[in-house]
Amino acid sequence: MLRFITSRLLQSLLALFLVITATFFMIRFVPGGPFTAEKAVTPEILRNLEAHYGLDRPLWRQYLDYLGSLGRGDLGPSFKYPNRTVNEIIGDKLPVSAELGALALAFALVIGITLGTLAAVYRNTWIDYVASTFGMMGISIPTFVVGPLLVLGLAIHLGWFNASGWYGPADRVLPAIVLGFAYAAPVSRLTRGGMLEILGQDFIRTARAKGASELRIITRHALRGGLLPVVSFLGPAVAGILTGSFVIETIFQIPGIGREFVNSAFNRDYTLVLGTVILYAVLIMALNLVVDIVQAWMNPKVRLEG
Amino acid sequence: MSAPATATPDAPEALEQGSSLGQDAWLRLRKNQLAVFGLACLAVVTVLCLVGPWLLPYGYEEQKLELGASPPGAMHWLGTDTLGRDLLVRLLYGGRISLGVGLAATFVALTIGVVYGAVAGFFGGKLDAVLMRIVDIMYSLPFPIFVILLMVFFGKNIILLFVAIGAVEWLTMARIVRSQVMAVKRMEFIEAARALGFGKRRIIFRHILPNILGPIIVYTTLTIPAVMLLEAFLSFLGLGVQPPMSSWGVLIKDGAEKMEEFSWLLVFPAALFSLTLFSLNFLGDGLRDALDVRSSKD
Repeated sequence: MLRFITSRLLQSLLALFLVITATFFMIRFVPGGPFTAEKAVTPEILRNLEAHYGLDRPLWRQYLDYLGSLGRGDLGPSFKYPNRTVNEIIGDKLPVSAELGALALAFALVIGITLGTLAAVYRNTWIDYVASTFGMMGISIPTFVVGPLLVLGLAIHLGWFNASGWYGPADRVLPAIVLGFAYAAPVSRLTRGGMLEILGQDFIRTARAKGASELRIITRHALRGGLLPVVSFLGPAVAGILTGSFVIETIFQIPGIGREFVNSAFNRDYTLVLGTVILYAVLIMALNLVVDIVQAWMNPKVRLEG
Repeated sequence: MSAPATATPDAPEALEQGSSLGQDAWLRLRKNQLAVFGLACLAVVTVLCLVGPWLLPYGYEEQKLELGASPPGAMHWLGTDTLGRDLLVRLLYGGRISLGVGLAATFVALTIGVVYGAVAGFFGGKLDAVLMRIVDIMYSLPFPIFVILLMVFFGKNIILLFVAIGAVEWLTMARIVRSQVMAVKRMEFIEAARALGFGKRRIIFRHILPNILGPIIVYTTLTIPAVMLLEAFLSFLGLGVQPPMSSWGVLIKDGAEKMEEFSWLLVFPAALFSLTLFSLNFLGDGLRDALDVRSSKD
């Protein structure tokens, strides 16, 4: 187990290094810089600005400097927001995205596991068909379709919610549902499949023979094994919820990190782009590792390979 | 068990009877109503997108500014956008782009994934370990983010768009092909081919691959909607196809911006796009059952 975790950590570090290096050089070889969009920047001022941020030094030097400050946990100053560091910006925006993501994930898990379990228990009845159709809808209708349509119906026509913004608790409802919907669907399909397989096994029959109630059989005996496919899906799913929030944050005008990332790329805000990319990469890798460990804990049959 | 006509991998004549797998699968697929429905919808949508723009008397960039955004009517069946462009024509042209990107990027992913996975699975050993470790590492990279960066920096170029998408989507295909190849390569007919002195390339492409077509076909069908989704996602962020061309993602984006006054601009593109993805997913599911592949992943 320890060997598995160490080797996975090393692998993640290597991947992270690749991500940082690739992103660093990719941004620099792109035409345009952080100060090209500003009006009336004389060549002199531009030189001063570049000197101030160290952009006049050779590229390899900047790269090493960046890695050095990264080692101290410093993501550098933003080029577009004067006097603000990337650490501060991420500290401001990340909680918003994290809250949205957590709400969406909770919605996805509750709806998905409930529907999936019902579909498996009442296999081939109308309940199963309704749940399966829902699953197909969630996979086939993307968030950027569901989002605007719900806004059109519930916010604009019925006036139940604000069409956009991130102020009161009511503003959390629509974005979380839209973002969660896309993941409730695969969760319900995976739960159904996993539960069907488990419910057909001998130990379930034994539990039934011992007179355990159906509810107890499902919650105590079947769910632990039946949810295994869901757990392995969760790593990529949480990552997807994070990246999917670009769209949601755009639709609902939410001041989160996803929108900041897209803007920073357009603005050539080198350090902010790098900072957000590193943030996402670390999150994804950490989540995948956690998922692998949880999976091993839930199912002793899973063999961990380094 | 399946009908006796099924080409079983351990029968050396599987190659000659290659079509029987298809015939058998087709019989089973036809019984799956949802899959047939999906196939029919896809055929209709594809034909409409290919032929429709020629039959309609409008061009996709033909503006009638004096008309503005008009609701669906006798002249313009699905209405016009704010520049007075016919929505139906733009929808069908957009379909060409969306479907085209979907097919082209899937083809890129298919080619890379199959060759990579087959090489890793066939040669095994150290080479396999290195190749699959690379796949593992790439899996953990935040690819949507890279694609976004690519499109922001170099982008808005449709060729780059599907190369980028294809380069992301091949990983799972490589894993599937590898595991299938590893299972097939130990079978007797492969040993026979080796004994006959066939080269490795010939064994991989002529003897192994035809026997694992099922999973490849299924996963390909499921990759197309994933790719179309990614294209639309990028277009929605303003990073995909550029005006005056359109794709379904672009139309949905435009429609979402104007939905308060002109709801049809959002509803029709959203409906057609979702219907197409529905059909592809139903077809993929049906094919999976018909070809008797247990799971698409891993």
